[in-house]
Amino acid sequence: MAILELNNVSKSFGAGSSRIDVLTDINLSVREGEFLAIVGFSGSGKTTLINLINGLIFPDAGEVLLKGEPIAGPGPDRGVIFQNYSLLPWLSVYSNVKLAVDQVFPKMSSSEKEAHVLSYIEMVNLTPAKDKKPSELSGGMRQRVSVARALAMNPEILLMDEPLSALDALTRGSLQEEIIKIWSRDRKTAILITNDVDEGILMADRIIPMTPGPKATLGPEFKVPFERPRDVTNINKDAQYKRLRNDILEYLIEVGATRRQVSDQKYILPDLKPTMPGRVIFGRKKKKDKVKYF
Amino acid sequence: MKDKSIKMLKTIGLGFTEPLIRLFSGEEPAKNGKLFFKQALLPLLSIFLFIAIWYAGATALYNSEAEVRIEKARAEQGEEAALAMRKCIESGDVSCQPNTLPSPAQVYTAFKALWQDHLSISEKKADFKARVADTNSEREAQGLAPITYTGRPSFLDQIGTSLKTVAAGFLLAVFIAVPIGIVIGLSASLRTSFNWLIQIFKPVSPVVWLLLVFMIVKTVITDPSIDKSFIISSISVGLCAMWATLINTSMGVSTVDKDYINVAKVLKLSIGQNIFKIVLPASLPLIFTGLRITVSVAWMVLIAIELLAQSPGLGSFVWEEFQNGANDSNAKIIVAMFVIGIIGFLLDRIMLSVQNMMSFNKGIA
Repeated sequence: MAILELNNVSKSFGAGSSRIDVLTDINLSVREGEFLAIVGFSGSGKTTLINLINGLIFPDAGEVLLKGEPIAGPGPDRGVIFQNYSLLPWLSVYSNVKLAVDQVFPKMSSSEKEAHVLSYIEMVNLTPAKDKKPSELSGGMRQRVSVARALAMNPEILLMDEPLSALDALTRGSLQEEIIKIWSRDRKTAILITNDVDEGILMADRIIPMTPGPKATLGPEFKVPFERPRDVTNINKDAQYKRLRNDILEYLIEVGATRRQVSDQKYILPDLKPTMPGRVIFGRKKKKDKVKYF
Repeated sequence: MKDKSIKMLKTIGLGFTEPLIRLFSGEEPAKNGKLFFKQALLPLLSIFLFIAIWYAGATALYNSEAEVRIEKARAEQGEEAALAMRKCIESGDVSCQPNTLPSPAQVYTAFKALWQDHLSISEKKADFKARVADTNSEREAQGLAPITYTGRPSFLDQIGTSLKTVAAGFLLAVFIAVPIGIVIGLSASLRTSFNWLIQIFKPVSPVVWLLLVFMIVKTVITDPSIDKSFIISSISVGLCAMWATLINTSMGVSTVDKDYINVAKVLKLSIGQNIFKIVLPASLPLIFTGLRITVSVAWMVLIAIELLAQSPGLGSFVWEEFQNGANDSNAKIIVAMFVIGIIGFLLDRIMLSVQNMMSFNKGIA
């Protein structure tokens, strides 16, 4: 039984001539407990897709079903790790997580709440920084707070919207491992949106590429056959890994190329003749050296 | 310890002393000495320059006014009167001094005179209090109001009254502007419907506000024992100054980062929680920027309003001295000018440090 289903979902923004069809005909079925990765070019509408699932926006056509029911709005049953962390800067790490816990588990006693919050902060290795404000943390630490906040809500589906794309390669690698470690404890359903094929192969059970927008849709699925726990160095040497990676990349490059060819937009260029530049040139400033008088 | 005290000095706006502290602790003497020269000594030099220009200007004005007086005496009463006038002016006699821009020295003398005046008045007050102490305790036992000193207020008392007026006006502005700003900020339709009102009343002059408040207060309050002038002036100050806070609050509330709103939506916060846990904290920095503008506007407007409302305070002090036309009146006006400026500066610094404490996203790039 699929926990999440998207049937013929389309979404566009704007109206009239400025109308952009972001997503068309999205069909997706996510099984309970699986880790799904959606890979695509930047700007192809991946964030729109995740917002459709978490209920911040609604589809123009088609339906998004969570356990067979259409989604009515956002809710803590779908924990989101936002691309830009979205931490509240006036709250400490502890309070940021606590806000979510207060909201999702209103009946817990205060000592239980505290233990709950602290255990999730410990899980992402931020106990020494629990009283710091987000502005005092590095990007990787901020994203870990965001992970702790999403997980502390104990969501049925974990939605990750390019959670690691703003981080450097090393931090990225260690956080990938951490997220996988935490996920494999209770194997909740997880959807990862990413632009990095390697990240998808390392973390997910199934990878679905997304065609570039506008009118983006989902491509054929690629199963990731590796056993868990996966080891980065071992996988990197695996011939199967290379094949899978090449297949996905080839597919993405192919759809990227055809998309460009089928563009039916005509560009009418203005009929201009170049003239010889005269003595007076407007709109160009001479670069001035800054003069220090003292 | 050292870094802590530097941080504290920076929050209260005394950051320019940082190199001096570092210099005393023997840290990079060459660099910090240079920095101290730049940040502290150069402003000091410019103060001296300012006083020098002021002195030169005052002397020139004094001489030209003296010349005019002598010429006038010569034209009206002849050569002998002109000589007598010159002698009189040179002797420094009070009766014939040219009345013009006072020199720095005269202003300093006036300042000392005002201070002495304050001391003697407070002495009189203490004396009065001691004398009526017995009577007052008797009156209190009988349930009557105590006898209070009703003599002339000193310059410092007037500063106190002004500060009280501005504080009352500021509080009024906060209590009106912040809640309305939040409500307006939350609803786009309210914002568009009340925008005309804000845009039209914002640039209205303090004098007109004063007259408007006067019209209303004189009808509403008929009890003669209530101090109407204080009420009128503080309400006018509040109404003049509240607009910056109103606009900043509504802007802060209406432009809360979309990410925070998304967090609130995902967590399904109720409207009240949304306002108090997300919207208000997120807009606090802008609200406090507005409050800082409100304080400086309130102080600026206060002087003009007190001057017109005949409410005791620095404004009426200035006006009375101007009407008085005594020998040192001009110098006293200049003293008041500096006091007004310095207090305004201090108020701004206080608000700036509060504002700095409230801004949370300094470190977020």
